[in-house]
Amino acid sequence: MKLTPVITEHWDDPELYTLDGYKSHGGYEALAKALTSDPDSIIATVKDSGLRGRGGAGFPTGLKWSFVPQNDGKPHYLVVNADESEPGACKDIPIMMANPHALLEGVIISSFAIRANHAFIYIRGEVPAAIRKVAFAVKQAREAGLIGKNIQGSGFDLEVTVHAGAGAYICGEETALLDSLEGYRGQPRLKPPFPAVAGLYASPTVINNVETIANIPYIIDRGVDWFRQFGTEKSPGFKVFAVSGHVQRPGIYEAPLGITMRELLDFAGGMRPGAELKFWLPGGSSVPMLTADHLDLPLTYEAMVEAGSMLGTGTPMIFDQTVSVVKAVTRWLEFYKHESCGKCTPCREGTYWITGVLEKFEHGNGTTGEMETLTTLCGQIAGRSFCALGDAAATPYPAAIKYFSDEFTAATHTSADEQFDPVASYVFSGVRA
Amino acid sequence: MTIVNHNEKIDTVNVVIDGIEMEVPKGTLVIRAAEQIGIEIPRFCDHPLLTPVAACRACLIEIDGVPKPQPACAQVLSEGMNVRTQRSSEMARIAQEGVMEFLLVNHPLDCPVCDKGGECPLQNQAMTVGRPDSRFEGEKRTFPKPINVNAEILLDRERCVSCARCTRFAEEIAGDASLELLERGAQQQVGTANDEPFDSYFSGNVVQICPVGALTSASYRFRSRPFDLVSVPTTCEHCASGCSLRTDYRRGTVTRRLAWDDPEVNEDWSCDKGRFAFAYLANGRIESPLIRENGELRSASWPEAMHFAAAGLAAAGTSAVLVGGRATVEDAYAYSKFARIVLGTDNLDFRARASSTEEAEFLAAHVAGRKLDVTYTDIETASQVLLIGFEPEDESPILFLRLRKGVKRGVSVHTVGPLYSLGSEKLSAHWVKAKAGSEAHAISGLDSEIVGALDSNSIIFVGERAAASPGALSAVSRLGSQTGARIAWVPRRAGERGALDAGAIAGLLPGGRPISDPTARSEVAQAWNIDADSLPNVGLTGTELVTAIKQGSTSALVIAGVDPSDLPNGDELIAGIENADFVVALENHHSEITQRASVVFPVAVVTEKSGSFMNWEGRSKPFSAAFREALTLTDAGVLSMLASAMNVQLNGDTRALRKELNSLVPWSGPRTDVNNHEVHAPAGTTLATWRLLIDSGVMQEGEPHLAATARPSVVAVSAAMFEQLGKPEVITVTGPKGSITLPTQVAEVSNESVWLPMNSPESHIYAQLGCGYGQAVTVKGGAA
Repeated sequence: MKLTPVITEHWDDPELYTLDGYKSHGGYEALAKALTSDPDSIIATVKDSGLRGRGGAGFPTGLKWSFVPQNDGKPHYLVVNADESEPGACKDIPIMMANPHALLEGVIISSFAIRANHAFIYIRGEVPAAIRKVAFAVKQAREAGLIGKNIQGSGFDLEVTVHAGAGAYICGEETALLDSLEGYRGQPRLKPPFPAVAGLYASPTVINNVETIANIPYIIDRGVDWFRQFGTEKSPGFKVFAVSGHVQRPGIYEAPLGITMRELLDFAGGMRPGAELKFWLPGGSSVPMLTADHLDLPLTYEAMVEAGSMLGTGTPMIFDQTVSVVKAVTRWLEFYKHESCGKCTPCREGTYWITGVLEKFEHGNGTTGEMETLTTLCGQIAGRSFCALGDAAATPYPAAIKYFSDEFTAATHTSADEQFDPVASYVFSGVRA
Repeated sequence: MTIVNHNEKIDTVNVVIDGIEMEVPKGTLVIRAAEQIGIEIPRFCDHPLLTPVAACRACLIEIDGVPKPQPACAQVLSEGMNVRTQRSSEMARIAQEGVMEFLLVNHPLDCPVCDKGGECPLQNQAMTVGRPDSRFEGEKRTFPKPINVNAEILLDRERCVSCARCTRFAEEIAGDASLELLERGAQQQVGTANDEPFDSYFSGNVVQICPVGALTSASYRFRSRPFDLVSVPTTCEHCASGCSLRTDYRRGTVTRRLAWDDPEVNEDWSCDKGRFAFAYLANGRIESPLIRENGELRSASWPEAMHFAAAGLAAAGTSAVLVGGRATVEDAYAYSKFARIVLGTDNLDFRARASSTEEAEFLAAHVAGRKLDVTYTDIETASQVLLIGFEPEDESPILFLRLRKGVKRGVSVHTVGPLYSLGSEKLSAHWVKAKAGSEAHAISGLDSEIVGALDSNSIIFVGERAAASPGALSAVSRLGSQTGARIAWVPRRAGERGALDAGAIAGLLPGGRPISDPTARSEVAQAWNIDADSLPNVGLTGTELVTAIKQGSTSALVIAGVDPSDLPNGDELIAGIENADFVVALENHHSEITQRASVVFPVAVVTEKSGSFMNWEGRSKPFSAAFREALTLTDAGVLSMLASAMNVQLNGDTRALRKELNSLVPWSGPRTDVNNHEVHAPAGTTLATWRLLIDSGVMQEGEPHLAATARPSVVAVSAAMFEQLGKPEVITVTGPKGSITLPTQVAEVSNESVWLPMNSPESHIYAQLGCGYGQAVTVKGGAA
């Protein structure tokens, strides 16, 4: 399968981030088209395109939009989830830095469709470069009359606010994001009511991922048939895959959904010389790991679920034989423990407990009994926590034990670093004298 | 389906819980429905009066067709839902067991020294649904402990299970949102912003609703094990809210008080005064009768004191009876009877505070004998609420909470007065600015929009302070009849409403019967088994009565529960007592009065007697003695003995008195309207003042931690006056008698008034200023 650069097509143009640069490649033509059409028809187009959310859950975007009640007398809001914090995920931030106007054009069209007059872009606070790029794009768009009152004479008003988060992974959870945006401490909200009915400021709100929204101008401009020529029936379109880890050329590869990991690996230059793939994760640390046996599966929402994993954010992490699974899983759990918001018991206490046990394994002090304990503890979190953070935290260990139980058994007497020389996994491992 | 309840049709759904078919109102939560059929689902964060958060996950249950277990505390039942709790679902049982195991990971095993041990939901539920042992072998996270969240409430963060009941209570119920959860993950903890104290009149509730021993009170901490306590229900004696409380005692000493569930009144809550101010019950009590001999009080036996008192009263001329706000309904009724039958006088008043003739007329016309005209529940559905001379957060805190509940449901509140308080803010109230003392003008000049919106579904709450604002009560009376809005009078003290109905005020016999009305007289005479002609004619009340005492035209006095410093003319009363021929005091603590009385009888406090208080709604709230072995006599008991010594039979039995009073059904005959009283607000700056909930009240003595939660004594002035005074750090307010200097607080105050607390540390306005609410004072920047 070939690469199909769409959002990334003109990333080699250093001026793409400017309004002129974006326009020179046909930018904002979709907006002109959208503003003259019926908002409902835009919703219908997005529905027909089959576009699925690119933030991880893969919920059909058009369907989400259609849940927003119309003529309800309340303000509507569009909120872009740009709080990309998933370990291994690095696609939204590059999009915002290289092609912020694609996001912005998507924001304007999407807001028009759902009848929102105020959109918010909630960007992870740790990436000021991306925040600056988006803020600059908003400024230019406002000066050009693309944001503000009566956009291009359409009668449609839209205000766009760029908001920086304060460094909490939980604020990538959509309802915690809303709380944070409203000025509260970010913790997930009880559903129902769902955001489409009572979201930001208790008003109907659509929350979409950056990449999802960046898809919109292209779908509106080029049509449903064009979009559906990529991907599969259940996973139509293309995806900005961000390949990281032990590959020759880590980076962004935009390709149709359904491409295999093996093909992506080839684009990324394959494994390091002399290295072989040990395990990989299709989309962030929150999805179960897979092995070389799964390299030929199509990267689609459905195929990944069938293989016991998930497409997630579509940002594959590749690990070679130098990596200790025990250590990798421990790092992830330390992350979830640090980021657990504390609201619900299973996630708060479970991550605390599991991390402590995993650290014993890392130091070669685990017991076989504790392997069993870890399995049940993960079972006590999965499906019982308040939000998906807990489910995510309960994911790495069961997947790891499925393929690499020997390594955990070895960790009952030998530390991870003794089993696997940590330096060997470094990018600069060859530098060692 | 629908069911009919109180003539109201309610939509219902049919569900099955653990195989039991049920029909429940639409919107019912699984956990509530399960309770109804006796199925107890474990819970920590769930509280029926707080919005669900589904945070603790202890209540996970299985629903047919739903793959994951769901929290019963947040799951609304829908038609046909088949729910399986831990009793019939392995999934639910395992899920609950898992959550319980997690909850104990970071919980210290200090049950043997924890206040909650023995009544701890965590302990109990860990035993019922938890594993027999824990698999956790790691290190528990620790915090320094305990830390104060305010002077009275201590927090042990290690014990906290992050259920967020306390923080939700603070935000949703009290409106004091300064208690919050801070930090993340296992480090999540309860705290306050910038370590400022949790400033709330309702802070003790968080101790009660805490499902573990994380929140404890300074007053009860390490005092007792719950299983060593005897618990008895009681009615709070501190104000006219009429809260149901629970008194816990051990070996004859009250160790703590808790809010008792009373859905009609205080729901599950109490204020900090009701909860913590009980040290006075035991401290500094008068232990035996005292008689004055050669100018000195000495102990005497009961018979000696009785004969002494009887002889003294018989020898004296015209007499009077003053009974303060601590009296129960039955005791007040006994005073009412004692005055009319034994002493043959109608010189009688229960209002040991600023009062007026206008108020007496108002009470006779609108309040006496009218029960449950306006209730707590009515507040929730009222169209409009008007507050006049009434600061609910300070003067009836539980009514304040109900108002907040109403406001959340869309009730709009207007407050007429000189200060827009913190409490007004928490009620999102609209402020009708009025100079203190000129409320009558403000009422007559109310916006036509507000008046137009008043209807029979609106409530006008008038506080006892309105009596100090000439013309205010007659204006309220007119507003009520003009709009149909219902009027509710909210006195501050627990005994006042009952004393009014018991007829403990000149001019009114029990049940609101005018003493001047022949039918009323004969009804009462029949119940009292006396000749109607022997009933006295209308006597003196309030200020006139005190003046008469001072001038000696009444020469004998029976007095109980009165503190002269509560009266604007307290000095006159003291002078009168000193001059009087004979003074009988019935009291439980020494006071300015007992020191000057001819004879003092000790009487029972609430824990030692049964009785009832009538709250502002006119609702009777009976209670029985906590200590049945108590040897003290009630006021009624003493009066009965005294009557007997004076050869009059007067039943002093509480139950008999209540029965007799109840037989005197409320007066249905004609009532006199309130006269149109002249409005005369003084020129210049007037004094705005009321009693803060936590202040220097004598019944709050002996509880320093509670006292430390009091709001500071300040002088509140408007920004304009602050400017005009030259932005001083302290302000001096001067009245006829003297001055008070306190730190400045710029607030939303009428430009023509200045506010200071009535009876707080360094601010005792009658004693120090010599004037009261609505009266002229001078204000100057800086110290005197």
